[in-house]
Amino acid sequence: MKTLRLSKAWLYVPLLAMAVFYLIPLYVMLITGFKSFDEIDLKTMWDLPRGIAFDNYVEAFSKLSPSLWNSFAMVIPAALISSMLGSLNGFVLAKWKFRGADIIFPFILFGMFIPYQSILIPLVQFMNAAGITGLPGLAMAHIIYGIPITTLTFRNYYASLPQELLEAAKMDGASMLGIYRYILLPISLPSFVVVLIWQFTSAWNDFLFAVVLTGNTEWPITVALNNMAGSQIIAWNVQMAGSLLAALPTLLVYIFLGRYFLRGLLAGSLKG
Amino acid sequence: MSKDKDRILNILLISPSILAVLIFVYGFIAWSVRVSLSKWKGLSADYTWNGIKNYLDLFADPRFAVDVRNTLVFTGVFVIGSLLLGFLLAVMLDQGLKGEGFFRSLFLFPMAISYIVTGVVWRWLMNPAMGSRTSGFNLLFLNLGLDSWVNSWHLTPKWGMAAIAFAAIWQMSGYTMALYLAGLRAIPHELREAAQIDGANDLQIYRHIMIPLLSPVTLSALIILGHTSLKVFDLIIAIAGKQLPLDVPAIYMWQATFDGLFYGRGAAIGIILLLSVAVLIIPYIRYTLKTEAQP
Repeated sequence: MKTLRLSKAWLYVPLLAMAVFYLIPLYVMLITGFKSFDEIDLKTMWDLPRGIAFDNYVEAFSKLSPSLWNSFAMVIPAALISSMLGSLNGFVLAKWKFRGADIIFPFILFGMFIPYQSILIPLVQFMNAAGITGLPGLAMAHIIYGIPITTLTFRNYYASLPQELLEAAKMDGASMLGIYRYILLPISLPSFVVVLIWQFTSAWNDFLFAVVLTGNTEWPITVALNNMAGSQIIAWNVQMAGSLLAALPTLLVYIFLGRYFLRGLLAGSLKG
Repeated sequence: MSKDKDRILNILLISPSILAVLIFVYGFIAWSVRVSLSKWKGLSADYTWNGIKNYLDLFADPRFAVDVRNTLVFTGVFVIGSLLLGFLLAVMLDQGLKGEGFFRSLFLFPMAISYIVTGVVWRWLMNPAMGSRTSGFNLLFLNLGLDSWVNSWHLTPKWGMAAIAFAAIWQMSGYTMALYLAGLRAIPHELREAAQIDGANDLQIYRHIMIPLLSPVTLSALIILGHTSLKVFDLIIAIAGKQLPLDVPAIYMWQATFDGLFYGRGAAIGIILLLSVAVLIIPYIRYTLKTEAQP
């Protein structure tokens, strides 16, 4: 085994090279952010900062903070509600073999993959007609288009639980809802974490729904950042700092709960 | 507790979601189809029947031809690049090296950030400005003495989409790696050991045992990456804005509808996108549910 390890040590060369490749954008975002304004020059963009300054972050935050709050205000309820719905759906689809369950499930799943351009015009028309505009409308879109993936994750989890668990509870006279509330819900925490992280990340990172459903006072961070990057007035260094601010919430979630993030990712490809 | 009561309760629990999906997915698709068959142009809705004229116009539209070509270039570079890189990374990480978890997390982190962030940063990394305004990768190449590597990235005539695909590979190759790594871990160790005992070397083991066994993973990755590339939108907008040489159907749909108010045409592009995705995804869902049903 030891010789095997040694003979494979050369693999660190390509692995480290790839690590550098993946870190480059992060490196540029970080070092640019920490430079002071008078250090900013495209010619020295690869050089490390001379000291630690927060000019760029302060400037970017002052421009982006309203949209950061918009994002939080929209993403948190969207993630919570679509996870709750997914859990209920998953429970019913996994544990109640009614006629048609096998037909309904793939129909729900397909909704996860559609290009949203194919529903964009009706979505905007509908939301305007129903008077659900701005952030509530955006949250609602994320909840509804999140139902497929949240349902899938919970259904697969509940289907993996032994049927005896439910049978025993039924014998004891528990109702359907009681089984869900007292048996399944308490052991669903890991699945909730997976789904919450997934929904948080995808709603936070969404651009398309945000740009059609919100106006400029309600822009979430992705739209605000893109507009900032498209403007000629705001310097590239502030854009870099802004990018890091926009990436930070999901990046922190990934750093601390990466295992759960990966499970959501695999579920999204139907490989969970 | 009666069976009937449970049944009614189940229906009550699940029907809001089913109704929402029914309306927001299938109802809206039908609505889009109807818009695509109309003369709607301008701010107020106009459902005057127009047959398939919007579709015919698109197939004769030089801009749509550019879009199709760009999508093909993007798909080719992005899918092949992500598959190869993802596979190689997974194989390297499957060798039981120390620090595997660290590398795995590192290669996958771009999946946690948005295409917009990726695009904004890569737009500066791939800055095509030359001369005294050279920056980004081009500057790095010059500093490293790799002068011949300097190029105009996404502004390269005809092949600019390949540069966009490059940024997309950065974002999604870790995901492909994760898929392959899960696939590799599912292959029993005895198979490898048996092949080793029979005298096969590492290369032969991968060539004749692992790669064939991984073909379901390759299929999943192909479909996920392929359908992602049909939908590419944010990344291009963030790197290059809306410019014709880098146009794709998703951006054309956007501009036709919300900038030009050609609702009929916009809806037709949306439906064409949907059909291209459906061709990949529907068989995939069927296949997945079928293989799931037989353990």
